[in-house]
Amino acid sequence: MSFVSVRDVWQSYGGRPIIERVNIDVAEGEFVSIVGASGCGKSTFLRLLLADEQPTRGSITIDGGAPAREPGIERGVVFQRYSVFPHMSVRDNIVAGQSFQRPLGRFFGARLRQAREEADATLARIGLSHVADNYPATLSGGMQQRLAIGQALTARPRVLLLDEPFGALDPGTRLSMHDFLTELRAETSMTVFMVTHDLEEGFKLGDRVLVFDKPRWDPQDPGLYGATITYDFDARDRGIPYQNILDGLPSLGPAPVPADATG
Amino acid sequence: MRLINRRPSRPMAVFLAALPFVLFAAAYVIGSDIRLSANPQDKLLPAPSTIGDTALRLFTEGDRRTGAILLWHDTAASLRRLGLGVGISALISLVTGLLIGLLPYARRTFSDFVAVLSMVPPLALLPILFIVFGLGETSKVVLIVIGITPFLIRDLSQRVLDIPHEEIVKAQTLGASTTTIATRVVLPQILPRLIAAVRLSLGAAWLFLIAAEAVAADTGLGYRIFLVRRYLAMDIILTYVIWITALAFLIDWGLKTLSRRAFPWMGAGL
Repeated sequence: MSFVSVRDVWQSYGGRPIIERVNIDVAEGEFVSIVGASGCGKSTFLRLLLADEQPTRGSITIDGGAPAREPGIERGVVFQRYSVFPHMSVRDNIVAGQSFQRPLGRFFGARLRQAREEADATLARIGLSHVADNYPATLSGGMQQRLAIGQALTARPRVLLLDEPFGALDPGTRLSMHDFLTELRAETSMTVFMVTHDLEEGFKLGDRVLVFDKPRWDPQDPGLYGATITYDFDARDRGIPYQNILDGLPSLGPAPVPADATG
Repeated sequence: MRLINRRPSRPMAVFLAALPFVLFAAAYVIGSDIRLSANPQDKLLPAPSTIGDTALRLFTEGDRRTGAILLWHDTAASLRRLGLGVGISALISLVTGLLIGLLPYARRTFSDFVAVLSMVPPLALLPILFIVFGLGETSKVVLIVIGITPFLIRDLSQRVLDIPHEEIVKAQTLGASTTTIATRVVLPQILPRLIAAVRLSLGAAWLFLIAAEAVAADTGLGYRIFLVRRYLAMDIILTYVIWITALAFLIDWGLKTLSRRAFPWMGAGL
């Protein structure tokens, strides 16, 4: 049942806890939004999920495996910025999603041609075919993030981590990115964690919304306690998860109105 | 309008750019004229026409004894030393800078050492180099290498550290090994930085080259300048100085062009 499991995770910098007592179980295929005020440890939690940092206490496991000690192929990531390689063309960025696993980090000959064809198919799906030979610096912010997501998915991660992926985009682009992400998710049914500042975005995209906040607060020493998950909303069906529950159980619903009742 | 917001128009910009050159040339011509009118035998500020004649002779006429055109021989010898020295430095610093920037173990081991090494004045080591490597080509090349490598290493390792951590993490999540990250992510991104750093260190490289040639050599641009100094041959010295300046400018321009051609992804970053 539990795919990603987080057990009693604490993270401190210089003796100061940033997050404390974090416990959560996430099922495979769930989309988890993480919201909270600035500096409350959302991004720290994402870095822990990414295994870019090790928790001071506790453990994070994916599918019952050993806790990871460094970022790896199981986890895909898209940051707000710097998520694509500026020195590679758009197509090569997608190819890198597969070729970086090779010993030399590149494909040769027939395998390279095949990877380029696959990359072109991916680019067509994410709507970047027309800029396949450009360098990322020439792309708009939205296109760069689409490329970053496409690149991350090419490596077929088991968990996709998004750190404010749309934070630097304008509202219109942001909406089209929401549609893009929703489509991709319908195709891949991937487990996703997304840190965001935007509550509306969190509820719109997420199946669950986790809120990070400090439940304990010392007015004399605000840094004494860390943040933890204070709310765990079920955000399916626009945040009202049980409004359609009777659709699946017609016998419990209101009795159907007889066809001749109106007559 | 504030001075910081005033910009010259196009013709004005050209005029302003040319102004210091013209003023400098005029000052030289006037100074030379005053001295020559007082003493036609004056050697300190030869007339521009004299320099022109000398330059023409140096570039075209062979040595009376051997028939070889010395200026070209000097140029070839000096450029060979400079190229070898800078090339070896670039190679060493590329590898070392990459290791220091990428591997915490290498950083702990070498970064303080390189920082101290870069404080050693290279010219003070020149006697040691002459003793160890003899008076031949090796000591001159080694002086250039010792002179500019620490600077290049420090610059390049810093450039590696400047690569956003996000990119390195991203590469790891795509399954890249340390070698793959070094060769496919970091190396291509610091090559343009290497060229930029080499351009900056070329001035120092020329300095070390000419210093080494001045002390002990039998050919080379610096050797020739210090040789003819004995005869107060200012026309030859000035010709060589202008020639060296032109060479340095050409090399710098060539590297800049190469960088722009070879790394189109840098865009406006150069």
